[in-house]
Formats: sequence, C-alpha cells, structure tokens
Amino acid sequence: MEIKMLLIISVSAILVSNFVLHRFLGLCPYIGVSRQLDSAVGMGMAVVFVMSIASAVTWVVYRYFLEPTPVNLLARWLHVNPPDLTFLRTIAFILIIASLVQFVEMVIQKTSPGLYRSLGIYLPLITTNCAVLGVSILNIDQDYNFLQSLTNGFMSGIGFTLALVLMAGLREKLELANVPRAMRGAPIAFIMAGCMALAFLGFAGLKIG
Amino acid sequence: MESGLFLAMLVLGGLGLVFGAGLAIASKIFYVQRDKRIEMIEAVLPGANCGACGAPGCSGFAEGVTEGKYSVGGCTAGGPDVAALVAEIMGTEAEASASMVAVVQCRGGRDKAAEAAVYSGIEDCRAAILVDNGPKACEYGCLGFGTCEAACPFDAIVMSGQGLPVVNEALCTGCGECVKACPRNIMALLPKDRQVFLGCVSPDFGKSVKSVCSVGCIGCGICANPKFVEDEKIVMDGKLPVIQYEKIGNGADELKNSIEKCPSGCFVIRGKVPTKPRKETADIES
Repeated sequence: MEIKMLLIISVSAILVSNFVLHRFLGLCPYIGVSRQLDSAVGMGMAVVFVMSIASAVTWVVYRYFLEPTPVNLLARWLHVNPPDLTFLRTIAFILIIASLVQFVEMVIQKTSPGLYRSLGIYLPLITTNCAVLGVSILNIDQDYNFLQSLTNGFMSGIGFTLALVLMAGLREKLELANVPRAMRGAPIAFIMAGCMALAFLGFAGLKIG
Repeated sequence: MESGLFLAMLVLGGLGLVFGAGLAIASKIFYVQRDKRIEMIEAVLPGANCGACGAPGCSGFAEGVTEGKYSVGGCTAGGPDVAALVAEIMGTEAEASASMVAVVQCRGGRDKAAEAAVYSGIEDCRAAILVDNGPKACEYGCLGFGTCEAACPFDAIVMSGQGLPVVNEALCTGCGECVKACPRNIMALLPKDRQVFLGCVSPDFGKSVKSVCSVGCIGCGICANPKFVEDEKIVMDGKLPVIQYEKIGNGADELKNSIEKCPSGCFVIRGKVPTKPRKETADIES
C-alpha cells in the first residue's frame, strides 16, 4: 500500500502537478536559467537536492515543534500542553530552508570542489525559491508522512528539472529561429512556457488506481 | 495564551539562534579561500540574477569573469557602466585589451562588392555563411548582416548603409567579442597606437578579386616595390601585403608612397576617410 502511495506521489509530482507547469512555482529560474542546457541540468540537480533535504527537515520541525500533537517535543520538555504553533510554519520554513542551503553550500564547497562547481553557483539562487517553500508546505497540507514527504520533495525536484531541461532544449533551438524582432528573448520564452503548460495539462486526465 | 506567545518566540528565536550559530561556526570550519575579485565584481553587478549573460545568476557571472569564461562586458543588463567597473576590477587584463581597438578589414560594401545571390534567411552572418558560403560574391568579404554589431557589448559597432560595420573608436574597449563573432575573420584587434592597416583579407589572384570587388587587394605587390618603400617595410605574403610594424613604428608616414600607389586604395588609415581607389591603369597589372 505504501509503495503504491509513493508511486502515485511520484507520478503526480513529476507530471500531473508539475511544479512549474501546473502549480506555476519557481518560474524565476525557469525563465532565467533555461538559456543553456548544461546550466539547466545543473540548476535542476541543485533543486532536486535542496527540495529533498528541505522536505525532510521541515517535516521534522513541523511535526515535533509546531504541531499540537502528543509527540510535540516542547510539550514534553517544558511539561505544558502542546501549543498550536502551526501559524509559524511559513516563516519557520523560510528560516530553515535558507540556513540549510547556506550550510550545505559551505560544506560542499569545502569537501567536494567538483560537486560545488556543478551545483554550488545555483544554490544561493534557491535559498528563497518559492518552489522549495511550496513543496514543504504542500507536504504538510497533504498530510504526508516522513517517507512520503521525502518522496514528494525528491520527485517534485525531478519534475522541475524535466520542465527546465525541456525549456532549455527548446530555447537553444529558438536561438536559430527567425523570431520577429519584437518577440525575441523573454516574450517568445513566455509564450513557449504557456504552450508547454497547456501540453502538461493533458496529464491531468491521468488516472492511477 | 501568554504561554503560546512565549512558546512561539521560544521556537522561532531558538531556531534562529541555532541556525545562526550553526552557520557562524560552519563558516569558520568550512572556510575556503576565494578569489577576492569575485566578491568585488558581484558587488558592482545589478544583482537581479536575470540570466541574460548566460550564467546562472550574478555570482556565477562574477566567477566566470575571473576564470575568463565571460567577457568583462558580458552583463547585458548592466550595460557599459557596469562593464567599465568590472573591467576596472579585473585590472591588468582589461588594461591590455583597452590598448587595442577593433578594426574592419574589409571595405567592400554593397556599392563596391558584388552579391552572388539573394539571401533571405536569418539575419546573421554565422547563419548566412552556412548557405553556400554566404550571398557575397567575394569569398572573404564582409557579409554585412551585423553579427559583430549585435555581439558588441558597448554599442561601438554600427552597420553603415552599405552593409559594412563601422567602429566607433571612442566606445570600443578592445574586448574582442566582435572578433570572436565574425565568421570571416574580418574583425581584428589592432594596437591603438598603430595608424594603418590593410582593409582586405582576400588572398585571391587579382582577376578574381577584381571581378567581385572594386576595392579588394589584387595582390599586385606595388606597395611592396622597393621603388616606393625601402627596407622591406611591406612584404608580400602570397597575394596579400603584410605591413612590418616593427620597422615603420606606429605612424603611417613611412608608407605614404605605397598607400598612394595602391590601385584599390586598400590601406586604411584609422580615423580618416579611406583613400579612394585610383582609376585603373595599365602599368599595375601583375
């Protein structure tokens, strides 16, 4: 049952509710970093990385500090009734994600220069990215457990990468196309993004069951 | 309710404290020596992370500049102002290029050089050259679609009405982007103090040059003739004369005779109107 659920979450995160093309989150890097295929791949990998870690950590913090449940650590340590601090989740998640990304950046810069070269320059761009915050909040809203949250984070990152790489491939082709002068650059990219979103709308009819 | 407020402050303050302290410690433990120029360049960039330069964000661009991956004028959003600041930070390399100026080694505009075909594809020399080597009859001449104009980050190149690039030397920083962009190697960098250069790159024989262009170098060799210029200040390399700058210095005066004798007026003196081609005369046939 659990495996099936994870599979559904995966397909949903990659295709049906693609972060860029269905939820319209993370549009800034989608337009900004899709000019070259290799930067798009690098950025995508960084997003997968950060989304996975952020999903895991924010889930733990929410569950054990913010939610009024019997497992609330504050209640246990201070011997008070579990307080309802769920209204803090947005600011708490931003704090967590930003610090986490900074920390991870420092660690890989020191320990793995190779990985830093391929991911490092993209990491600061993701610290306050709405897609990362979005996946953390969706995990809570959908009532996912830890494993499901982790899967959703990872697969949403994959979905983001898919959209980004597709876009980069198209835009590289577009460089050679005879685009009317007024439409060159961002305008034609936006139109293309719209067309891609329409195409991905087709996945909404996908039934898993 | 008061305990709720207290706990909210405790949780958020606690998280902030833990992460702040963690980052402070981590920045000491995982400190890595970086090129100081990267931070300085990042400080002068617009910081919009627009990605127009092709780099992922401004910090990526800053790092790329120090590695030589991007030119100092690569920031499209910042324009010439930012380019000048970045060039200043990059110091020596920019200074070296600042002493160069881009020159156009072709004078065959639409009025002087023949077209072999009508081209109606993408308005870009690099695309046009893929179609049977471009529409121009001369295989070496400027195609005139303004690829260099588009490549110039300083707006120093403007296409003339005759389809030839004109370099505004006051704006040119000698970055070499046009040289990289030109598929026919028409654009070149010349040290700023040199006054004269050859305005043709065609190594063809006189007859085939003459049939496609009225201002091309026909390789007659009259400029290198010892009668007009001593001491081999111009030597012929195949069908093209090569100016020996180390012998003439930077001025054009020593080549005065040769420049005047050139039947096509191929020598270009910078900042002056190019010499007019003389009427064809019988005695120059090679």
